[in-house]
Amino acid sequence: MLIFNLLLRNVWRHKGRAALTFLGLLVATLAFGLLSTVVSAWYAGAEGASNARLITRNSISLVFPLPISHAERIRQVDGVSSLSWANWFGGIYKEPKNFFPQFAIQPESYLNAYPEYLLTEAERTDFLRDRRAVVIGRKIANSYGLKVGDNLTLKGTIYPGDWEFQVAGIYEGRQTSTDTAQLFFHWDYLNEEAKRRNLPRSQNTTGVFIVQIAEPARAAEISLQIDSLFRNSAYETLTETEKAFQLGFVAMTEAIVVAIQIVSYVVILIIMAVMANTMAMTARERTGEYATLKALGFSPQFVAGLITAESLMLAVFGGIAGAVITFPVARTFGDAMGTIFPVFEVASQTTVMQLILALIVGLVASVIPAWRASRIRIVEGLRAI
Amino acid sequence: MTITAVPLHYSLRNLWVRRVTTLLTAGGMALVVFVFATSLMLDAGLKRTLVATGEPDNVIVSRKGSTTEVQSAVERSQAAVIAALPEVAVIGEPLASREIVMLISLAKKQSGKVSNAMIRGMEQTGVTLRRKVSLMEGRMFRPGSNEIVVGRSVRAQFAGVELGESLFFGGRQWYVVGVIDGARSGFDSEIWGDVNSLMQSFRRNAYSSIVIRLTDPQHYDTLVDRLNNDPRITLAAKREADYYAEQSAGLSRFIQILGLTLAGIFSVGAIIGATITMQAAVASRTAEIGTLRALGFQRQSILLAFLAEAVGLALLGAVVGLMLAAMMQWVEFSTTNFQSFSELAFGFELSLGIALASLAFGVAMGVAGGMVPAIRAARIGIVEALRCN
Repeated sequence: MLIFNLLLRNVWRHKGRAALTFLGLLVATLAFGLLSTVVSAWYAGAEGASNARLITRNSISLVFPLPISHAERIRQVDGVSSLSWANWFGGIYKEPKNFFPQFAIQPESYLNAYPEYLLTEAERTDFLRDRRAVVIGRKIANSYGLKVGDNLTLKGTIYPGDWEFQVAGIYEGRQTSTDTAQLFFHWDYLNEEAKRRNLPRSQNTTGVFIVQIAEPARAAEISLQIDSLFRNSAYETLTETEKAFQLGFVAMTEAIVVAIQIVSYVVILIIMAVMANTMAMTARERTGEYATLKALGFSPQFVAGLITAESLMLAVFGGIAGAVITFPVARTFGDAMGTIFPVFEVASQTTVMQLILALIVGLVASVIPAWRASRIRIVEGLRAI
Repeated sequence: MTITAVPLHYSLRNLWVRRVTTLLTAGGMALVVFVFATSLMLDAGLKRTLVATGEPDNVIVSRKGSTTEVQSAVERSQAAVIAALPEVAVIGEPLASREIVMLISLAKKQSGKVSNAMIRGMEQTGVTLRRKVSLMEGRMFRPGSNEIVVGRSVRAQFAGVELGESLFFGGRQWYVVGVIDGARSGFDSEIWGDVNSLMQSFRRNAYSSIVIRLTDPQHYDTLVDRLNNDPRITLAAKREADYYAEQSAGLSRFIQILGLTLAGIFSVGAIIGATITMQAAVASRTAEIGTLRALGFQRQSILLAFLAEAVGLALLGAVVGLMLAAMMQWVEFSTTNFQSFSELAFGFELSLGIALASLAFGVAMGVAGGMVPAIRAARIGIVEALRCN
C-alpha cells in the first residue's frame, strides 16, 4: 500500500506533465478506437452475411444483368430451399452525396430470406399490397427525417428519369450490426416501368439471385451445380456464399483499409514517443532519488519496477479514459456520416485492443529509463543534481 | 530601449544537448507530418491522374442523368446524329468514337482477390482521340478482332494480362496484343478493345458514350445548346476534363476528410509532446533563464528564444516527416474508385505547395506546443530564478 501511495505521488509530482501525458494517451487511444471502428464498419456487410444464402451473379461482372428466366432453373437445383432476387437501382436521393443502396426486390421471398430486417405486420402488408411502396431502414429514416406515408423521389442514374415512391415501412435491425441503410422496392414496378419507358436492356433482368439453401455445408457443391446449368450460355453465372460476395466488395477497397490500419498503428508509435519522452525526463530528473533508494538498500529491480509501474499507471489511466470516451465519440461520428457507414459500432475487440496497446505503450516507454535507473552507481547518482 | 535577441544558436544548441528527448519529440511530429503530407499527396495524385485523363477539346456525350459511362446507354441512331454535328472536327471522317464501357471481374496479382477492371470498346478514331496514350509494347488491337490492349497499371495489378496471354469473358477468348502507357492518366487502368466485337460479346445494343473532338474548344457551348434544343436527343455533353474531374470527387473527398481528420487528431498528440518537452526544458533551466534576464535580456527575448527552440524541434520533425513522405512517390496506390466502381491506380504526388503546407503545419504544431512553456519562461522573475538552485 505504501508503494502504491509512493507511485501515485510520483505520478502526480509534475501535475502539468502528468495531465498532458494522460491527455495524449487519451487522444491516441481514442484515435485508434475510431480507426478500428471505421475498419470494422467496412466489414459490416460481410459480418452480417449468412452462409446459408448464396448469391448468383453474372460471371463477367456485377454490372451485367441476368435474365429473370434463370430463376426457374435455379429453383430446381437440389438443395435450394427458396429463391429471391434483387437488382441494384443506383438512384440519387435529392443530392449525390446522400448515398444509400437501393434494391428492386421480389418482395415476399426477399423479406423471408432476410428475417433480420424487422417490419411490423401492418407495414409488411402495406408494402406487399402497393407496387409503388418502399421499405427503408431506420438509419435512412433518421438521417433524412422520413416517416411512414412520406413520398420519396429517386433520380435514376442507371434507369433514367424520376421515380416516385411512398414509404410503407421502416425496418429495424434485429441486431445492432444489421445494415439499416438500405431501401427496397418492388422489382415488378421497376420491370413494368422499364417496359413503359422503353429501356430495352432493363427488361426482365436482375442483378443477383439470392439462393437460400437448407444445409450451409453443401454451399460449394450447390454453387457449382448452379453455375454448371448456365455454362456456355449467353449469361454465365458465378455463385458464391453471401459472405464471400460481401468480402469481395471489401477486397476491392482493400488498399484503403490497409492504409487506415497502418495509420492507426502510426498513432500508437507517436504516442509511444511522447510517453517514452515523459518517462525518460522523469527518470533523469530523479536520478538522485533513485540513488538514495539504492543507498538505503533497495534493489536495482525495485527501482526499475518503480519506474515501470509509474509508466504503466499513467498509460492505463489514459487508455481506460480513451476507451470509455470512444463510445460517445463513435456515436456522434457515425451519426454525422449518416448512411455512408450503415453500421458504426465499437466492437468489444476494439476496446480490448485499446487497453492492450495502452499497456504496451506504458511498458515500452519505461524500458530504457528503468534499465538506466537500475544501473546507476550510487555515488554518481547522489552527485547529480 | 532596444530588445536584444537571444542568439539563435542558444536555442538550437539546447536541442542538441537534450538529444534523446529532441529525437523522440521530433519523431512524433515527423509521423504526424508524414500522415498529413501523404494524404494530401494521395489526393493530389488521384486528381492529377483523373484530370490528366481528359483532353481540353474532347467531349464525352452520354445519357442524361448518368454519372459514369458504365451506367449510360446511347442508342445507335442517336450516336449517328452526334457524329454528324457541325461542331465535330473532321479529318477525312468525323473525329468521333462510339464506345462501350463495361466492368469485368479479374483476379488481382498480389492477393488473388477479384476486383473490377474497366474495359473500353472503341473505334480506331478513339485511339487517335487520346493523344497522350502511347503504345509501350506490342501493337494496337485490330478493328473487328478479339484482341485487346491493357493499360500499364492493369498489367501491374491484375493476373493473367501479360502480353501474349488471353482472358475469357463474354463467351470468347481475348488476346492481349499490346500494353499502353497512359502517361499516368486513368487510361493506365483501362483495357481497350474493338467496340463492335465487345458489344457482340456482351450482347449489348447500345453504346455507353460517344467521344468527339471539337473543331475548337470554344464551340462547347454551342454544342450543349444544340443538344438541349434537339428533342430527338436525350444525351448530355461534358468536357472530358470535367467528366474525369467529377469521377474523382467521391474518393477525393474521402481521402481528404479521413487524412486531414487524422492529421488533426494526431497533431494534438504531437503538440502535447512538444509542450511536455518544452515545459521540462524551462523547468530545468530556470536558473539559466534568471541569468539571461540578469544579463539584460528582455522578457520578449526569452519568449522568442524558447519559441524558436520549439519551432526548431518541430521543423526538424517536419523535415524528416516530409522526407519520409517524399519516398512514398515511388509507391503506386490502387483501389476501387467509388464513382466508377472499377480499379484505379494512382500515385502519391508531391508538389511544392504540399511541401510548404506540411512544413507550415509542422511549424504551427511547434508554435502551439511551445507557446505556453515559452510564456512561462518569460514570466520567471529574476530573483526567484537565481535563488532556485
